[in-house]
Amino acid sequence: MSFLDVLYFIVPSAIFYAAPLIFTAIGGVFSERSGVINIGLEGLMVMGAFIGILFNLMFVDTFGAMTPWVALIAAMVVSGIFSVMHAVASISFRADQTISGVAINMLGVAIALFSVKMIYGKGQTDYIQERFIRFDIPLLSEIPVIGPMFFKDVYGTSILAVGVAIMAWFVIYKTPFGLRLRAVGEHPMAADTMGVNVTKMRYIAVILSGMLAGIGGAAYSQSISGEFSHTTINGQGFMALAAMIFGKWHPLGALGAALFFGFAQALSIIGGQIPYVKEVPTYFLHILPYALTILAVAGFIGKAYAPKASGIPYIKGKR
Amino acid sequence: MSNRVVNILVPVISVILGLLVGAIVMLVSGYDPIAGYSALWNGIFGDTYAIGETIRQITPYLLAGLSVAFAFRTGLFNIGVEGQLLVGWFAAAYVGIAFDLPMYIHLPFAIIAAALAGAAWAFIPGLLKAKLQVHEVIVTIMMNYIALHTTNALIKIVSDGGDNTGTINASASLKSAFFESITDYSRLHYGIFIALAMVLLMWFILDKTTTGYELKAVGFNKHASEYAGMNVNKNIILSMVISGAFAGLAGAMEALGTFQYANVKGGFTGIGFDGIAVALLGANTPLGVIFGAVLFGSLKYGALNMPNEAGIPVEIVSIVIAIIIFFVACGYVIRYFLEKATKKKEAK
Repeated sequence: MSFLDVLYFIVPSAIFYAAPLIFTAIGGVFSERSGVINIGLEGLMVMGAFIGILFNLMFVDTFGAMTPWVALIAAMVVSGIFSVMHAVASISFRADQTISGVAINMLGVAIALFSVKMIYGKGQTDYIQERFIRFDIPLLSEIPVIGPMFFKDVYGTSILAVGVAIMAWFVIYKTPFGLRLRAVGEHPMAADTMGVNVTKMRYIAVILSGMLAGIGGAAYSQSISGEFSHTTINGQGFMALAAMIFGKWHPLGALGAALFFGFAQALSIIGGQIPYVKEVPTYFLHILPYALTILAVAGFIGKAYAPKASGIPYIKGKR
Repeated sequence: MSNRVVNILVPVISVILGLLVGAIVMLVSGYDPIAGYSALWNGIFGDTYAIGETIRQITPYLLAGLSVAFAFRTGLFNIGVEGQLLVGWFAAAYVGIAFDLPMYIHLPFAIIAAALAGAAWAFIPGLLKAKLQVHEVIVTIMMNYIALHTTNALIKIVSDGGDNTGTINASASLKSAFFESITDYSRLHYGIFIALAMVLLMWFILDKTTTGYELKAVGFNKHASEYAGMNVNKNIILSMVISGAFAGLAGAMEALGTFQYANVKGGFTGIGFDGIAVALLGANTPLGVIFGAVLFGSLKYGALNMPNEAGIPVEIVSIVIAIIIFFVACGYVIRYFLEKATKKKEAK
């Protein structure tokens, strides 16, 4: 296998594994930028993955080939609603945001598995018939080198993920909404004094993170696993959290980190077919994203600062 | 209403609300909540075997709860109990298999190895927090996954590519012939005494020693402690290390007591995360942890009876536990309503 062949092989699968991480990590960026820690990404993703599969199985006859996309929207809506719970607890009820996140994670898995057992009478769902399919982008895929790497056999979700990341960057850094969002996360009292509704901004941000995590989960279950069971989402949400931190709470940083983690995941799965890489024990590829994140937060790879007010409930009139 | 009463009422109300929500979920999904909860009850107290297994389940919950609670008292959130438990589990199992010693040396050796492994695993986030102000929540979450993959890799090495270390030597086992005889051969083991001794140890350290006073002081106010001449960094690391040792011991309970081996895992045991619930419900006090562990350990084990007896998926109990955590975390609201209710009474 020549080096270029290896790249043609590995880059598309890296992007393929990265897409769900990108959605979820961007969701995390929104939430944390507004000052609400969202450890519950994992649970929200589980919910998205479950709803995606459930909707796909139930409505495949109605929507045909479009089913995965409609299911994606359904998952987005349900996970968005589910995240309201985290928003209410951590914004209005002043709960410890990390604990509320832990509760969301437990609840997401529990509700999903409870429903699966109730509906299907066993621990996993059937396999879906309509998955996300790969396609070649006309013209672009004809470009030598870059074409086969990025534009051949791509998934629609991958394109959407990159688009969402760029859009998030635009929204957070180039619009008044984004400025307010960042202000609320850095210094909520100053923002409040300037007439920004802190509570509203935070609610919007947390619900956005829930919606994006839902999309991430449904993208994962409908393109990678094809069914839902207790192992479908196994740490993907936490890896997205890691990507967000590794990307220094910046949408494009998160995009890059998610792509890199997707690359590590892809290597650990298909690495056995690639010369040289197969000599590396998969163990190192498995722990790579997590070890890198620790190094990143420890400041060995450029210092990463969390938004200043993240984790602190805003209480009006309290200094 | 005094503060003390409110502090006890908040968890009690949360548990009641959690069970109520569980009942509503069962009703809405077309199950019979009364049949469900009576199946849960029988799963916990039905016969001596069930009681034995319930206490067996409570054992690691006690230690995981202590672990979370201890770190909490110094203002640290150890969400990495799961990882520390896994390395402790492996360390205990490895010592249990690799050595052949008399029991009075072997068993303590295996238990201490587990505690040390857990402590070492928690030392890293403690050190990073103390020296570089890195948030311990992020580091411990990442350490959980590193622990999962590391122990899996180590088990594969120890077992020559297999996925089970094999049974530990009898000289390192916590198995109890006496408990087996009175509980109809349940897996209840002597570990429960170790767990209870650790509850006592936590109370002793926190309430009776200078170190404990310092640890709590750092938890209350870092800066004040520093001005008073305490070494804040040392206390942060110490708190994480002790917390990790408790978590490692929880792993030893599984390795030397319940399972007698370590095996490759596809995901987490969940004990570490439930430990957060235990500590939270118990308000991070040693006595509270006992109540929390008894409640959640019983619920978790008793739930296994629900599919057989009432046809309800076991996950209903995880829903109940998550809701309880949620309500305890939202204690502010419960307090608010309690205060309002008492004020109304006083006005009349």
